[in-house]
Amino acid sequence: MMHDLVLRVVAKLLIPFILLFALYVQFHGDFGPGGGFQAGTIFAAGIIFYGLIFGVDHTRSVVPDCVVETMLAAGVLIYAGVGVAGLLLGGNYLDYFVLDHNPVHGQHRGIFWVEIGVFVTVAGVMLKIFYMFASRGRTEE
Amino acid sequence: MALSVLVLMRERNLFAAVVLFGIYSFLMATVLVALDAVDVAMTEAAVGAGISTVLLLGALLLCKSEEAKPAHRPWLPLTVAISTGALLVYGAFGLPDFSDPQAPIHRHVAPRYMQNEVDVPNVVTAVLASFRGYDTLGETTVVFTAGAGIIALLRRRKKVIVEHEGNP
Repeated sequence: MMHDLVLRVVAKLLIPFILLFALYVQFHGDFGPGGGFQAGTIFAAGIIFYGLIFGVDHTRSVVPDCVVETMLAAGVLIYAGVGVAGLLLGGNYLDYFVLDHNPVHGQHRGIFWVEIGVFVTVAGVMLKIFYMFASRGRTEE
Repeated sequence: MALSVLVLMRERNLFAAVVLFGIYSFLMATVLVALDAVDVAMTEAAVGAGISTVLLLGALLLCKSEEAKPAHRPWLPLTVAISTGALLVYGAFGLPDFSDPQAPIHRHVAPRYMQNEVDVPNVVTAVLASFRGYDTLGETTVVFTAGAGIIALLRRRKKVIVEHEGNP
């Protein structure tokens, strides 16, 4: 598969759009369908597509293991951090109204960061599972 | 969909089974679009048809591509599955009509969600991230735990192999 010209060219054409579509789904999720979970899976699917065509080793050099493992925990910490920020600013845990002077803007800000947290964790977990499965066959051969 | 499930049941070649799973997931996604649940449909298409197919293919690399013949006829699981399905269908008759505005679920908290004090046009996002923030935090933690579990399960195996190579 490494030397299949058509696949390589098509993949190089498509992958930027897949990643861009993931970001669109992420940041447009307030207005249209979408959100952190969908965006995370689409983003991970784009990178897994790259991994299928160009091999896992190339993918590991693009998105190293340590980055993926950090993403895993960072997403949950961002989400929980939004809750703690609400506590520090005088509200309840995960209360977004206090995050800005205008309560509605506070809601927007809270949802934005919470969705980023979900995105980071989901993308990290999907990539990690893919790496684990892909590299497992390799070591046993 | 019913056809793909029937073929799936008879299929002994695992590669064909994986591809059929993908087809089934895509059909499921179109059903969800028809039900106006676009968010769920996107997830189904990306996870069900995309990533899980890739993972199943990866698992297929590690084993034989033909399913082994079952040792005995699975009559008991079949009876359990059919009776559970019949029970669910029986329960579904008791549900209110699809998109009935007077159904209890639409009169409890839904009116407050639809007033939209959060001012986010996509109600699904508003409900997930704001009204039910605790639930979504829990879900994110579940996803994180799944990833941590995968790391814990598969990495130890890798280390053992490395040690074997170290001291032959």
